[in-house]
Amino acid sequence: MIQFDAVHKRFPNGTTAVHDLSLEMPEGGVTVLVGSSGCGKTTTLRMINRMVEPTSGTIKVGGQDVTRQDAAELRRSIGYVIQQSGLFPHRTVLDNIATVPLLLGHGRRKARARAAELLETVGLAADAGKRYPHQLSGGQQQRVGVARALAADPPVLLMDEPFGAVDPVVRTQLQDELLRLQKELAKTIVFVTHDIDEAVRLGDRIAVFRTGGHLVQCASPTELLARPADDFVADFLGAERGLKLLSLTTLADVPQGPAPEGGTWSLVLDAANRPVHWASKDTEIPVRPLTDNDSLLSALNESIASPAGLIARVDAAGVLTGVSSRDDIHTHAGQAHTEARVAA
Amino acid sequence: MSVDWSWIGDHTDELTTLTLSHLQAALSAVFFGVLISLPLAVIAHRVRPLRGFLLGVSNILFTIPSIAIFVLLLPVSGLTRTTTVIGLTVYTLVVLLRNTVEGLDSVPAKTKEAAKAMGTRPLRTLLTVEFPLALPVIMAGVRIATVMSISLVSVATYIGDGGLGQLFTDGFQRDFPTPVIAGVVLTILLAVVADAALVALQYVLTPWKRRRA
Repeated sequence: MIQFDAVHKRFPNGTTAVHDLSLEMPEGGVTVLVGSSGCGKTTTLRMINRMVEPTSGTIKVGGQDVTRQDAAELRRSIGYVIQQSGLFPHRTVLDNIATVPLLLGHGRRKARARAAELLETVGLAADAGKRYPHQLSGGQQQRVGVARALAADPPVLLMDEPFGAVDPVVRTQLQDELLRLQKELAKTIVFVTHDIDEAVRLGDRIAVFRTGGHLVQCASPTELLARPADDFVADFLGAERGLKLLSLTTLADVPQGPAPEGGTWSLVLDAANRPVHWASKDTEIPVRPLTDNDSLLSALNESIASPAGLIARVDAAGVLTGVSSRDDIHTHAGQAHTEARVAA
Repeated sequence: MSVDWSWIGDHTDELTTLTLSHLQAALSAVFFGVLISLPLAVIAHRVRPLRGFLLGVSNILFTIPSIAIFVLLLPVSGLTRTTTVIGLTVYTLVVLLRNTVEGLDSVPAKTKEAAKAMGTRPLRTLLTVEFPLALPVIMAGVRIATVMSISLVSVATYIGDGGLGQLFTDGFQRDFPTPVIAGVVLTILLAVVADAALVALQYVLTPWKRRRA
């Protein structure tokens, strides 16, 4: 667990970056710090590994005051991922990943073996290890950045807009990968971003900062979206925050019935009972079947796109289990909203 | 102006000795120049107020006429190789110091920050991150300093040294062009070979610069 207690940071030029911050970041969870630029989120992150020293207040990691530890040793025990990866251009990918184990005196062979293992963990091919960073794509570099941060198996991971410089498609892949890794590793992650959608996707807790270093609200994504503390948070979450909330609920509880027969549109299946398209007398429209794990937002989107106003639902193997109507989805979405508001 | 090939044939030993002596003087100067420049460049890079001062001093030193330097050094080190090397070293500083400072400046802030955030201490960062990344710019300076020193060694003929430069005085005094031509050709050859060797050295030292993706 990471605890901020009355932490204040004023820079020598007189600007207050962080104002009287008290915040707990739960162990094994992802805490996302969001806010527009200059709101103090990055400063907050950098105070955890003492890249920035607080003016007053205390910061504890695992119960220990960070300022009482040797800064270099503290940093070796905390993984750090930065924007555009910050890889060492003169070291091979493998040696980049091995940085912290080498600093800890693990020996070159052991450090490299560990690095090779991590290449696989972050989804890179083994032959990428011999390359230099500039020979990789932006997304691959970012994966190396994550592997480097994980190399010494630190309990805490700090990520400063790590996916800020890659294109949206790669960004989504990296987010998925991070969620998959986090399921296995359960690190205490502090993640800085200015992208609220990224925050909602990744965060167990989201801390919203306002210019001047004020923490406005810290809550779970559902709570934040359902009950923003004030207009500032509501504005920051955007006009579609209702839809964002739907992205957090799955389709599992929406009732489903058998596919309609004899209407204008019928659902055509292949030999293995997998949906192929909607067909009328003279048209075929492709169908995107959804599983129980898909979000209500995807379901809503698909129900609008579907000519029959129905979504086709399948099991993990892609076999049709039934259909749900626009009305069912709408009703359920409304319930999810109300529940979130009441629970929060 | 014709070359007397038989003179060259008779003097191969002397030419070899002078070439090696010439090279030794030049390389010593570059070696000591690098040795002095590295720490001074680190200071100039880290302590902003000293930067202008140090670079300024290296500029001023460069403007001192070579004969004046040798004369000034005579009471200290006499008519020796040491005097030659000190004189040449002073001249190398202007290039080496500037390029080393610029090389250190060229290291991306993001990379230095990453090193620090990984828990690398400042000295190790300097040795394993900053110097390697500054190497291409430093090496550019070393190449200029080397070629410059090779061409300057001859000046030390005034104090009885000067490597291949001795061939020039010899040739002028006897109005016999062959040694002069031999000296010029060997000096150029030496400069070209030394420069190529440094390019090769840089290639070996910077593997990450080789294959562009």
